[in-house]
Amino acid sequence: MSTTTTKSAFWAGVRDGAPFVVVAGPFAMLFGVLATEAGLNVFEVMSFSIVVIAGAAQFTALQLMQDEAPTVIVLISALAVNLRVAMYSAALTPFLGTAPLWQRIFAAYLLVDQSYALSHAKFDAVPEMTVPQRMAYFFGTCTLVMIVWFACSYAGAALGTSLPPGIPLDFALPIAFLSMVAPMMRTLPHLIAAGVAVVVSLLAASIPYSLGLIVAGALGMMAGAQAELWLKGRAP
Amino acid sequence: MIDKDTLWLVIFGLGAGSFLLRFTFLGFVGDRPLPDWLLRHLRYTAVAILPALVAPLVVFSGEDGQTEPTRIAAAIITLAVGIWTRNVFAAIGAGAITLFALVYGLG
Repeated sequence: MSTTTTKSAFWAGVRDGAPFVVVAGPFAMLFGVLATEAGLNVFEVMSFSIVVIAGAAQFTALQLMQDEAPTVIVLISALAVNLRVAMYSAALTPFLGTAPLWQRIFAAYLLVDQSYALSHAKFDAVPEMTVPQRMAYFFGTCTLVMIVWFACSYAGAALGTSLPPGIPLDFALPIAFLSMVAPMMRTLPHLIAAGVAVVVSLLAASIPYSLGLIVAGALGMMAGAQAELWLKGRAP
Repeated sequence: MIDKDTLWLVIFGLGAGSFLLRFTFLGFVGDRPLPDWLLRHLRYTAVAILPALVAPLVVFSGEDGQTEPTRIAAAIITLAVGIWTRNVFAAIGAGAITLFALVYGLG
């Protein structure tokens, strides 16, 4: 890995990001279909997907607008669902913080679950990567997912309501996230962090506007960090 | 029907807000070193937030937030194959096949 060039890091990112196309695609398509059903035209659907690029937040906003919730509530709830990207931003800063500003602006725009999860795992596993290599890898992980995200949003909007009912597209997102998380369970603190987050998120599911997610995530992180300290203290 | 003014306000409000969330640390903090305790917490961001996001979607996946056995089974298979193979593609495939088999096979 020490001989990695910037170019090969980019293509490694593209390769690692490729599997997510099969889950980002149906999800974007579902957004296109549901948004069209809610009365948005193709231009509005595409604007939504290009300006926001945040699946869960887009679905949240769409749902709340259909429920005729106040605009402020729509924005706060959708941003709360998306609060995790601020944590992703913080988590990647030690690895990418010294890159040029314009690169960091683009990286911020493209910071989604997939690019974060793949990049953070990679940077952690290969500490000798240089900052340009890391940026190249990060942009590589986004490339296919973004193309498919935009294309499938369009396809879904064009397809409109002609999809047969009963296809369980809704579950594409959970399956995608689970498949990303499973290989990350490397140590006991990782398991503890995930376990606490799951329990709290289920208990807090009724907290309005998705704030339970933020509480569960924060408590999970704290549990993982504490477990790490505790295990270190007991190590010989 | 969604009001068009509201829609555009939400699209651009959400776009600007999401960008700020994404840019805050990468952009404003930059290369200043972060304290140890913060880094230690950040190591567990993904393993905490992603399961917290998924767990309610899995457990309350049916209509009106009921528990849906097909979803639970697909989730368990995805997780098990993912931990066992450490392969994202294998995990997604196993989960999708399980879900389709249960939904259409037992339908």
